[in-house]
Amino acid sequence: MRISLTVNGTAHQDDVEPRQLLVYYLRETLGLTGTNVGCDTSTCGACTVLVDGRSVKSCTMLAVQADGRDVATIEGMAKNGELHALQQAFHEHHGLQCGYCTPGMIMAADSLIREHPEGLDEQGVRMGLEGNLCRCTGYQNIVTAVLAAAEAMNGRAPAAAPAGGEA
Amino acid sequence: MIPAAFDYERADSVEAAVQLLSQHGDEAKLLAGGHSLLPLMKLRLARPSVLVDIDRIDGLSSVRDTGDALEIGALARIGDLAEDATLKEHCGILAYACGQVGDPQVRHRATLGGSVSHGDPASDPPSVLLALDATFVARGPGGERTVAASDFFTGLFETALAPDEMLTAVRVPKLGAGSGWSYQKFHRRQIDWALVGVAAVVQRDDGHIGSARIGLTNMGLTPLRAPGVEQALAGADASDAAALASAAEHAPEGTSPPSDTNGSAEYRRELSKVLVRRAVQEALAS
Ligand SMILES: Cc1cc2nc3c(=O)[nH]c(=O)nc-3n(C[C@H](O)[C@H](O)[C@H](O)COP(=O)(O)OP(=O)(O)OC[C@H]3O[C@@H](n4cnc5c(N)ncnc54)[C@H](O)[C@@H]3O)c2cc1C
Ligand code: FES
Ligand code: FES
Repeated sequence: MRISLTVNGTAHQDDVEPRQLLVYYLRETLGLTGTNVGCDTSTCGACTVLVDGRSVKSCTMLAVQADGRDVATIEGMAKNGELHALQQAFHEHHGLQCGYCTPGMIMAADSLIREHPEGLDEQGVRMGLEGNLCRCTGYQNIVTAVLAAAEAMNGRAPAAAPAGGEA
Repeated sequence: MIPAAFDYERADSVEAAVQLLSQHGDEAKLLAGGHSLLPLMKLRLARPSVLVDIDRIDGLSSVRDTGDALEIGALARIGDLAEDATLKEHCGILAYACGQVGDPQVRHRATLGGSVSHGDPASDPPSVLLALDATFVARGPGGERTVAASDFFTGLFETALAPDEMLTAVRVPKLGAGSGWSYQKFHRRQIDWALVGVAAVVQRDDGHIGSARIGLTNMGLTPLRAPGVEQALAGADASDAAALASAAEHAPEGTSPPSDTNGSAEYRRELSKVLVRRAVQEALAS
């Protein structure tokens, strides 16, 4: 079936098999390998991308379901060589170790922050990222990074790094 | 994991969906959010040869106020229902339970119609809809019919829907001033399904319990009511903690909970008593 969609602002038209999953369309057809496959069973969130601005697990969506939609992946986050506020915050607050979960974390966090223009607290971030697993960091620095990015994205002063900084 | 090959059809109206189902018979399955069906197809536990995508049908995703009741379109996203102002105001238990489903990504895709039609006894919305005495609206080749929640869930992953019927809406009553509610979902991690869940809708009547409706999640092959608890609670003194606790002892009567790595059937039976007690107490306090 022929699908037309926008990925990171670029229009694409491709013939896909109905059973092709969105994540494999992105990775194999478009070569956008930033989106990872972790569990392949809708659990880990490594494959999270935005469809019409909302986070979804692309291993549990067909490419044909994204026909006509606007898809965003980690490759579209940095603009003109400048890191997105979330990428910058993960960098500054050591929100990653191996980095496998990071693209999914960042896309899920982007959706979460935009759904909460009133701001987020630590509990809100932890609950909001419940669909994303990380095997390395213990989450602490991910939460710190997302809180800092939320402040930056909502136009507030970035939060100061917590004193003592747990590593 | 890739699903087995299938033909993909997109329906742009309920009529078109029903027509495609009639045409393809048992071979076809409706596809809404896909968050129950696609995981099963990836594991090849489901192998429909035709998928009829209903996700783009217009006009089936809102919450409508119809006076004494709310009518929720079958394609309403679970995540939108969790935040819906009308639902929160008039039927808070369903909005709350929707917020307990899976994780944000799952809630962004899952639909209420899919959650109900899948017939999974471990899902949260169905037991809540049982406790609400909800009504399901279905459309088939012969037209529209309604099914009471008590008649809808017929077996494990089975419902009263015929293979050529589509669920179009769910009607829930508005909960009036005298009623309180609670949904207790017990799980180890926030993302997990309920080991056991309990929905309570309690009508307060001048210091007494006028009536109570209790729905149980993951306590058998279908979502269940707990009639023993409901009878014991009717007319009870709302401040009599011992009476409420003894009513809760009836929770596991007539249930057949599963045993799995998360807990034995015995454990679930005990848990159901504790959760019923907590649910009734919270409903009375709300
Ligand atoms: C990781 C994960 C965690 C989850 N955790 C929970 C949880 O904690 N609690 C919970 O309750 N659920 C949970 N779910 C299930 C989730 O809520 C499902 O998506 C939802 O139950 C099904 O809705 P859907 O729109 O995705 O349906 P689909 O997967 O599209 O369809 C499911 C079934 O219903 C049929 N169907 C769909 N719509 C209709 C209709 N309108 N009329 C007739 N038949 C129809 C389909 O043919 C199919 O057989 C989880 C799912 C995942 C992937
Ligand atoms: S790969 Fe999609 S959720 Fe894990
Ligand atoms: S940084 Fe390794 S999985 Fe998260």
